[in-house]
Amino acid sequence: MAILLTKETKVLVQGITGRIGSFHAEEMMAYGTRVVGGVTPGKGGTTHLGVPVFSTVKGAVAETGAEASIVFVPPPFAADSIMEAADSGIRTCVCITDGIPAQDMMRVKRYMRRYRAEDRMLLMGPNCAGMITAGQAMMGIMPGHIYSPGRIGVIARSGTLSYEAASQMKARGIGISTSVGIGGDPINGSSFRDLLELFEKDPETDAVVMIGEIGGPQEVDAARWAQENFSKPLLAYIAGLSAPKGKRMGHAGAIVSGEGESAQEKVDIIRACGHHIIPHPSAFGETVADLLTKLKRAA
Amino acid sequence: MDIHEFQAKELLATHGVKLPRGGIAYSPEQARYRASEIGGEAWVVKAQIHSGARGKAGGIILCRSEEEVENAAERLIGHRLVTNQTGPKGNLVNRLYIEETMPIERELYLGIVLDRKAERIKIMASASGGMEVEEIAEKEPDSLIQITVDPGAGMQKFQARELAFGLGLDGSMTTKATDTLLACYRVFRDFDATMLEINPLVVSKGELVALDCKMSFDENALFRRPDISEMRDKSQEDPRETFASDRGLSYVGLDGEIGCIINGAGLAMATLDMIKLSGGEPANFLDIGGGASPERVAKSFRAVLQDRNVKVILVNIFAGINRCDWVAEGVVKAREEVGLDLPLIVRLSGTKVEEGKKILAEKAPDVIVADTLAEAAERAVAEWKKLGRSAAA
Repeated sequence: MAILLTKETKVLVQGITGRIGSFHAEEMMAYGTRVVGGVTPGKGGTTHLGVPVFSTVKGAVAETGAEASIVFVPPPFAADSIMEAADSGIRTCVCITDGIPAQDMMRVKRYMRRYRAEDRMLLMGPNCAGMITAGQAMMGIMPGHIYSPGRIGVIARSGTLSYEAASQMKARGIGISTSVGIGGDPINGSSFRDLLELFEKDPETDAVVMIGEIGGPQEVDAARWAQENFSKPLLAYIAGLSAPKGKRMGHAGAIVSGEGESAQEKVDIIRACGHHIIPHPSAFGETVADLLTKLKRAA
Repeated sequence: MDIHEFQAKELLATHGVKLPRGGIAYSPEQARYRASEIGGEAWVVKAQIHSGARGKAGGIILCRSEEEVENAAERLIGHRLVTNQTGPKGNLVNRLYIEETMPIERELYLGIVLDRKAERIKIMASASGGMEVEEIAEKEPDSLIQITVDPGAGMQKFQARELAFGLGLDGSMTTKATDTLLACYRVFRDFDATMLEINPLVVSKGELVALDCKMSFDENALFRRPDISEMRDKSQEDPRETFASDRGLSYVGLDGEIGCIINGAGLAMATLDMIKLSGGEPANFLDIGGGASPERVAKSFRAVLQDRNVKVILVNIFAGINRCDWVAEGVVKAREEVGLDLPLIVRLSGTKVEEGKKILAEKAPDVIVADTLAEAAERAVAEWKKLGRSAAA
């Protein structure tokens, strides 16, 4: 059944009437996602792309029973939209928006703590490509055709690098259960570790590819946690081996500012934790294929 | 985004932090005038560049007469100052800040940062000011006091008191320190800073005074901080980066000769890694972003070509939001517009890839088309090496 998203999941699109929200909502529907409605404040009562539009998330949830939402709202208003989703009983939220101020995200994370852990919404992103359960549904902006259904999980900061990984695996006949983007911002929703916990419990995922980059502690945290608590093989790639210190490499979070944050340091720690290293960005397919061959032989 | 010391001090002043008296000077004559205006018997002449460690690099000069001030200014203005943070070319000194000197009883350290692990604002203080924080962490780790601020409630007075007592301040200084620390936190919060460092924060004649200040800001928040946006000083940036950022592109200048145009920050970083692995050196990082129109691709070419060292260009697009046919049109258009005669390697993948390749084959048959990331990097490096050999011969 993969994690977080299946073809049964009822999805809302926040910002559905905007140019970008509209374009991707249509793509998501075409892939098979069960989009049950959209939210644009002030446009409640209208219909867009054949689904009802609501002015509030609460109204949309009450009417459609939506359990997940995807946010395509401009940066100044996106944090507010995420909190609205959290307060309306949405279980899983993906925020695509790039450019949300860090202090807004601090407030979002603090706000989400008002809910008990078991009632708390899971947030992916912001500044991510979203997620896809191959062959079933997508909540995101990825090209769906590069994913074939299978048993490898993917967690990535970067959208385009997760596409690269998916297409390399597809070229070798390897499929994906769910691929999840966690985004390139310094303060984000779910971490690598949060998602490893979900993949650990998923009987339809055999191994996980973690695609990280320079900056921040999350890759190392996940590797250390997985050493004791993750029973499946974990393969990791870290981008930015050639990135200079102190420069922001595109993503707001991709900046080496402290110890343990450079790509080389992260690779060394992850390897020392006993996980597999994908040595370069053209080796996703090859490294996963080698691992699968070894697993088969061992079995 | 970074700002100058004098600008950071202006921001501190808005919230009541005590500062030495000082003034800006653009010429040696003006520096001398500022010194006489401030009065006293000694002054510091401080080069205003976006870098720390200015003192060790000779950018902060203590002067005991107005003539010395003028001479110091003469030595600094219009010259490039190289510190251990600027890179070998250094930064241009356009402005000086002339400040009064004051007796220093104690030197403290104060730093406020965005703590990614705690997802909160973290305040660090140490009684061992004057040293860089990395040095404090290494030599006097026990002297570093840290608190994190709840984003819902904000910094509390007791937290400021804890810091003040931890720094060994007492008596009337406690209240002053509490006010100063809370003021610094508010400056950080109200202007969407990502870093604020006062080193040293000094005790002088019963007051707590910020002798130096460095600040950086969250670029994602500049839309609501017009006053901060106006403090941007393009003369302190790599001109290649200024050109690109003015056109909405995310660009970082590097030292190699292979120019890069890529979509997505992660894929861009990975492509640079791949070029290095293949034996080449990238000239830049450039993320073209989502929704890349032909116009945006053309802009990216111009940005990459700002760097005269570029000998080969590699375009790597994995289209999710992007469409390969648009990118291909952009490549064709940009080549015509800028009259590009450098070897060009293009790798397209994802949405509408076949249409994209067809456009390239029809309209730009001499473009080298690669199917994979590894192939693209290898072809780019091979072309670059070919040029190197012919240049040597």
